[in-house]
Amino acid sequence: MQNGKINKIWELLNTVPDPEIPVISVVELGVIRDVTFSNNNYIISITPTYSGCPAVKAFQDDIKVCLKENGINNFELKIVYSPAWTTDWMTDATKEKLRKYGIAPPADTVICPQCNSKKTTLISDFGATACKALYKCSDCLEPFEFFKCI
Amino acid sequence: MSNLFTYTLRIADSSLILGQRMAQWCAKGPTLEEDIALSNISLDMFGQANGFYEYAAQLDGTKSVDDLAFLRNEREFFNHQMVEIENGHFGHTITRNFLHDAFNLLFYTKLSESKDETLSALATKSLKEVKYHLRHSTNWLIRLGDGTEDSNEKVQESLEQIWQFTAELFEMDEIDTELLNAGIGVDNTALKAQWDEIVNTTLKKAKLSRPEDAYMATGGKKGMHTEYLGFLLAEMQYLQRAYPDAKW
Repeated sequence: MQNGKINKIWELLNTVPDPEIPVISVVELGVIRDVTFSNNNYIISITPTYSGCPAVKAFQDDIKVCLKENGINNFELKIVYSPAWTTDWMTDATKEKLRKYGIAPPADTVICPQCNSKKTTLISDFGATACKALYKCSDCLEPFEFFKCI
Repeated sequence: MSNLFTYTLRIADSSLILGQRMAQWCAKGPTLEEDIALSNISLDMFGQANGFYEYAAQLDGTKSVDDLAFLRNEREFFNHQMVEIENGHFGHTITRNFLHDAFNLLFYTKLSESKDETLSALATKSLKEVKYHLRHSTNWLIRLGDGTEDSNEKVQESLEQIWQFTAELFEMDEIDTELLNAGIGVDNTALKAQWDEIVNTTLKKAKLSRPEDAYMATGGKKGMHTEYLGFLLAEMQYLQRAYPDAKW
């Protein structure tokens, strides 16, 4: 019975979007590390993307609201630091969602999400959110964001 | 006060104070991209500080993270003096950050092997961010040093001024030694050779000359600070001091 509920929680978490990149969920982002049951409580282990990312606080609140709206009240969120979050956990399907949204997904070669050109140049290692860098395409000349490998 | 608590607090304090210095660049950066970069670095430093303060608060058992950040005076802060000095011009900030980022990279690499699981996890996390910080400050130092005559002179002068704060990074006191022997802490002295290598390589590329070691400042880890820390704390702690226990 607990397993069924745990699966249900994973399904619900998969409906909570990343506050900054709403096309992917917090599960797809890879920040939900585990859901377990102990002492009549569901424990949701979360790892931060970047230490100071303000979105971490925002999606914790969103998760609480989502679970409570679905009648789950006996849970707690636990922050875990190890293993440290990495973009390696992102699946190809998630990367494709990012690309369609206009963000170049984490990869060794930065490819323009508009025209698929590999001729791109770094403008700045830091972008509008902690997880992104700014690039420019040398073919279509469009500036775009790149989800940094970390 | 346990030595592990003090050790953790020292790391947190250096991150917090440097984070506050970077936050002072917000809306004042030389270009929009740089403004965003320095603000991002500030957030990373605050995030790292928060992680170490959480652990310190847990070890202490009586103080909260906010108590530690906002309700201590200068003499109770244990950060490196290098992070508290004023930002000065953009090149000055970049020079200071480069010297500290290079240390952080080596320090966190070692701390990630700590027997203390929490310190090891926090160090591993911080290391990923510090790599970006060092790349940022290195690229700028080279661009400014190997830029115009004016920019070269300015960062060379900054280097001369900040150099006195570099020795403190590699000091070992009785707390450091105890934790090193316990397999928890880092041998700061042993980081010096690699730090020299990073610094010398970059300074060469930047066409800057390495200053001679002269008077070297010390005392940050014992709560002795420059006159700049008090002003920084007065601004940073104002809200909690004026409205105790205020919550966002």
